[in-house]
Amino acid sequence: MAIEVRVPTILRTHTGGAKVVSAEGATLRELMEDVEDTHAGVRDRIVDGAALRRFVNVYVNDEDVRFTGGLDTPLSDGDVVVILPAVAGG
Amino acid sequence: MLRIERATYDAIVDHARRDHPDEACGVVAGLVGSDRPTRHVPMLNAAMSPTFYEFDATDLLRLYQDMEARGEEPVVIYHSHTATQAYPSRTDIALAQEPGAHYVLVSTREGSNLGGPVEFRSYQIVDGEVTEEEVAVVASPEPAE
Repeated sequence: MAIEVRVPTILRTHTGGAKVVSAEGATLRELMEDVEDTHAGVRDRIVDGAALRRFVNVYVNDEDVRFTGGLDTPLSDGDVVVILPAVAGG
Repeated sequence: MLRIERATYDAIVDHARRDHPDEACGVVAGLVGSDRPTRHVPMLNAAMSPTFYEFDATDLLRLYQDMEARGEEPVVIYHSHTATQAYPSRTDIALAQEPGAHYVLVSTREGSNLGGPVEFRSYQIVDGEVTEEEVAVVASPEPAE
């Protein structure tokens, strides 16, 4: 079961420069574990303990996962996961 | 150094004046690797705050999808400070996550919503390091190399 993960510029140091990586998982949490196995360092930039980091946005098929269960968001073969750092400041 | 067209510079300043006393924010996109900011995209400040800005999450996705489709990247990311100088705050530095972008700060603290002076300054923010850079306002698009 392959899921396409689109990686933002700032995390491509962890993916050898790749913009898109393929990973597996039945939920976003499992997907993050799988990505971490092959691209160490990515997960901690997205997940803080048991939750998503406040200033990182994750979308599954264009839906913000904050409205679909966060890390428990279910995934299916062929889903597209987009990771985008928030553009924010004070 | 940031080179930016006069019309784009003016559009950013107008946006900051218009949204004062809330912070205004947006990007100027340009072709990947060109370092030429050509397409101004004013963004909604979802925080609608005088002390914070954040692109709306849905708008953010649409913005990045549009840029991807056009072969663009965010060359400039700008926001305004409405009560303090045009220098990145600690929050700005902590949250800066586009190491290739020029981070532009516009200050409207001098009543510039009423036509007063503005500060317009640009920085590189990489791994928490802030480096100010010169801003060159150019009359018209430079010819492509």
